[in-house]
Amino acid sequence: MSMINGLERPIPVPFDWAKPFWDAANEKKLVVQNCSNCKINHYPPKQSCNNCDSTAPLEWKEVEGKGHIDVFLVIRDSRIVGFRGVQPINFAIITLDEDPGLNFLSNLPGTLPGEVPVGAAVEVIFDESAEVGRQLVPEWRVIG
Amino acid sequence: MTSNGNSWQRDKEGMGLWEHRGKVAVVGWGQSYIQRRWDGVDLERSCGGLSKEAILKAISDAGLALDDITGLMTSKETRAEQTWAPRPYFAPPYDTEDGLTYCSGEFIQKELGLKNVNYIESDAPYIGPMMGMASQAVGDGKADYLVCWYPMVNLSGRYGHNNPANTSNEAKGGNAFTLPWGYQAGAMFNNAVIFQQYCQRYNTSHEALAPFVMNQRRNGLLTPWSYYALHEPYQLTKDDYLNGRLVEEPLVVYDCDRPVMSVAAFVFATAERAKDLRQKPIYVLNHAQNNIRGRSSMATLDEHQEAVSSLARKMEEGSGVNIKDVDIFNPYDGYATFTQQFLEGFEWHGVKRGEAHDFYADDIRVEGPHPFLSSGGNLGTGRTRSALHSDSIEQLRGTAGARQVSVKAEVALAGSNTPDSCGFMMYSTTPD
Repeated sequence: MSMINGLERPIPVPFDWAKPFWDAANEKKLVVQNCSNCKINHYPPKQSCNNCDSTAPLEWKEVEGKGHIDVFLVIRDSRIVGFRGVQPINFAIITLDEDPGLNFLSNLPGTLPGEVPVGAAVEVIFDESAEVGRQLVPEWRVIG
Repeated sequence: MTSNGNSWQRDKEGMGLWEHRGKVAVVGWGQSYIQRRWDGVDLERSCGGLSKEAILKAISDAGLALDDITGLMTSKETRAEQTWAPRPYFAPPYDTEDGLTYCSGEFIQKELGLKNVNYIESDAPYIGPMMGMASQAVGDGKADYLVCWYPMVNLSGRYGHNNPANTSNEAKGGNAFTLPWGYQAGAMFNNAVIFQQYCQRYNTSHEALAPFVMNQRRNGLLTPWSYYALHEPYQLTKDDYLNGRLVEEPLVVYDCDRPVMSVAAFVFATAERAKDLRQKPIYVLNHAQNNIRGRSSMATLDEHQEAVSSLARKMEEGSGVNIKDVDIFNPYDGYATFTQQFLEGFEWHGVKRGEAHDFYADDIRVEGPHPFLSSGGNLGTGRTRSALHSDSIEQLRGTAGARQVSVKAEVALAGSNTPDSCGFMMYSTTPD
């Protein structure tokens, strides 16, 4: 079950080309894509680099999984069935320390709804989705 | 008679003056009855029924006959899919989705008995870019008199709650990177996030939107056909707004437009033909679009600010009009949180980045010196997305009634939807 009591995260069923991200998550690793031509990082995954428009391969690269909280909302009235039973619930934007141009979504397990320390350091953790053991989902928790 | 891709779009800087600048005009418009939902029974008020009503009004407004119409254009982006409710079909012509949750050109051609139509585009994008597509089609000679209509559909059920993506326990395809954290499709989340970035950067807060949202309702109440004028004819107070039901905190329900059943139709013609018609022609000086994607999970304030600045440059370049000379400004307000990006990106009335909330606190009434969004937009009229254009046309004609601005009304700028994905039009009372 999720670290957030009652949360039933929709289970990610990605396109084939995005599957390595989720396979890595199941190994508790956070990976992003890196363009072998222009070296820019991509997240969420893409099929080709839209920065240099080349056909050069996008390579998967593990990142450290440290970040900071940029801003947040509090979900009060979700349309998504798995979230309706746990409201209010945080919805935060995390910038990645290794590349602040990349941002990740988080419900901030361990942080009370609305009591989000904007600007705080966070680290990646991995949470269960709706079917335990099927697919881990990257999450973030406040550190320090 | 099918979509011709995006090659018609003017979505890049450096394209120069629009080749049909001042040679295409809006010559008529019509608005259907507007109501909260279709009841699933009254076919006159289905999507097809309302489309017929709006189209006939627009053709009549232009002083044209049905046989004059040679082009039809519409969009299937009616938002009905998110409010789906199981229901039976009816006797022909309402025996398919066509006419119920969307309304094709072919449906209208048959139902209105249009004999001389030789151009139909039933799969145009939503109204922002569609108005540009219609202008381009007439300028390119695809139709002499083209009717373009935009339906918005709202059936029974809570908005978005019946969307299959939101009811499944799986997040498929691209949704794998959004739904597991509660990020539902649509403009709400990303623009609320950007609003939070805006408040952080410029030291402001959600409360500062109150004067804007209240003024939108006021302008909507000055619009006789609007949802609020017809069905909830009372002004929103500051207390109402500040105590509104939270949706995605700090976003409240009054920041979100109200889904409705509505169709607006517009007749386009060449400037040459427009000269002899019933109404004062409203010339199109340019159309411009944005099709920009953010780098990561969420687009950022920086990205949206640059997107609108780019749109402003494209619009000035294509129209030959300096934004300082725009009298009527009707940018999209589907969520109150992003309209300020348009205001600041275009620098209308000199409003620079970070200054929108101070501007909202000033006099933005239609009677005043800064009649921002004189249409009332979606927040004031219901989710029509079309009031931005119909108000611009009425203001330039001088027929906006109680909403008629007291300042000069010769050039209007209008469009939707979001800063990164939108289509805008520059209208003028003169072709040059």
